[in-house]
Amino acid sequence: MSEQTIADIIEKYRGRPGAVIHALTEIQHANHWLPREVMHEVADALEVPFSQVMQIASFYKTFSLTPKGKHEVHVCTGMTCHLRGGARLMAKVEEITGLKPGETDTDAKFSLEAGSCLGSCSIAPELIVDGKHYGRMTPERAADVLKQYE
Amino acid sequence: MSGTIVQITLQIDGKEATVAAGTTVLKAAQQIGVAIPTLCHHEKLEDYGGCRLCLVEVESRGRTNYVVSCLYPVENGLVVRTRSEKVDKVRRLIIEELMAHAPDAPELVRLAYEYGADRNRFEKEAAFCVMCGLCVRYCDEVKQKRAVGFIDNGHAREISFIPEIAAKECWNCQECFAICPTSYAQAAYLLTEALAFPGRRKKESTPREAEEGRMANIPAVPMTFVRRPPAAKPEMAN
Repeated sequence: MSEQTIADIIEKYRGRPGAVIHALTEIQHANHWLPREVMHEVADALEVPFSQVMQIASFYKTFSLTPKGKHEVHVCTGMTCHLRGGARLMAKVEEITGLKPGETDTDAKFSLEAGSCLGSCSIAPELIVDGKHYGRMTPERAADVLKQYE
Repeated sequence: MSGTIVQITLQIDGKEATVAAGTTVLKAAQQIGVAIPTLCHHEKLEDYGGCRLCLVEVESRGRTNYVVSCLYPVENGLVVRTRSEKVDKVRRLIIEELMAHAPDAPELVRLAYEYGADRNRFEKEAAFCVMCGLCVRYCDEVKQKRAVGFIDNGHAREISFIPEIAAKECWNCQECFAICPTSYAQAAYLLTEALAFPGRRKKESTPREAEEGRMANIPAVPMTFVRRPPAAKPEMAN
């Protein structure tokens, strides 16, 4: 993501200490993770102590302090998905991407995350890529879905 | 009434106390010499209510409640009991839980003796930090440096020195070491230093300095024991 985009986001919230979470969330969505230098810039521009930015960024799971891939892949490991073959789906996704949950590949294409019940039990087992839900997934169809993302 | 401070009268362990409105029960008790144990309270810092050790039994209008005295404001006719069977039981449990993290912290050992707490009741999880937040709040409120803060959440929450700030501020302060009940603040700082900006250390004293009592904390290692090529002498940060 371009540095200009991040700079624009920070500029928008300059001098507003209450908007730390908003600024961090926007940067997270644009950039997929929060580099330390960017958090320093946020702290300086919004006039909050860096340790507080760090505290917020490490507290919420939305924020990532490590680089993430372009596409965020979530596989549900909740009870319903598990009963409907979530574990097999996860194994297949792990095989395709070469990642374990929590990891990101070297060319930053995919990040894989496990989630315990992502809220769509009626279409279990499910796979979510960049916020788009793919329900009633089978390992075979998961391969087709992931092929669409480059 | 305007201009005068409203006085509140309450009873603490059978003793009458008259204090200004807005005072906490803990401060009122301290004023009349009733001791209530605390871990996270510090007179220079805002009341925090983190450790829950200062829990007391309060009776007001016929109702009995259990509240943390460091946050509970006084009210007229309040009856406070700082040592009841139930209060002691809760304090004992808190001490036992904290001792799973910091079994040898002097303050906890003393409290465990007083309350008959069993230091081995819970499986040990040596985190050494009891999350009192004293270092974090002291650095923020008194020193206003914010070199140390909480990171992460839930069971993974811990204190963390921010290397960028700690490298500049901590060496000449180190005041949080003394208020930490477990010495963990010191350990966390030294670990951060070792990882992020190593090189600062107490200076070795020359034999002459040692004799004069200057810089005498660390005796110089006799050169025969040190195999250090003169060219690769590590640079000392100032």
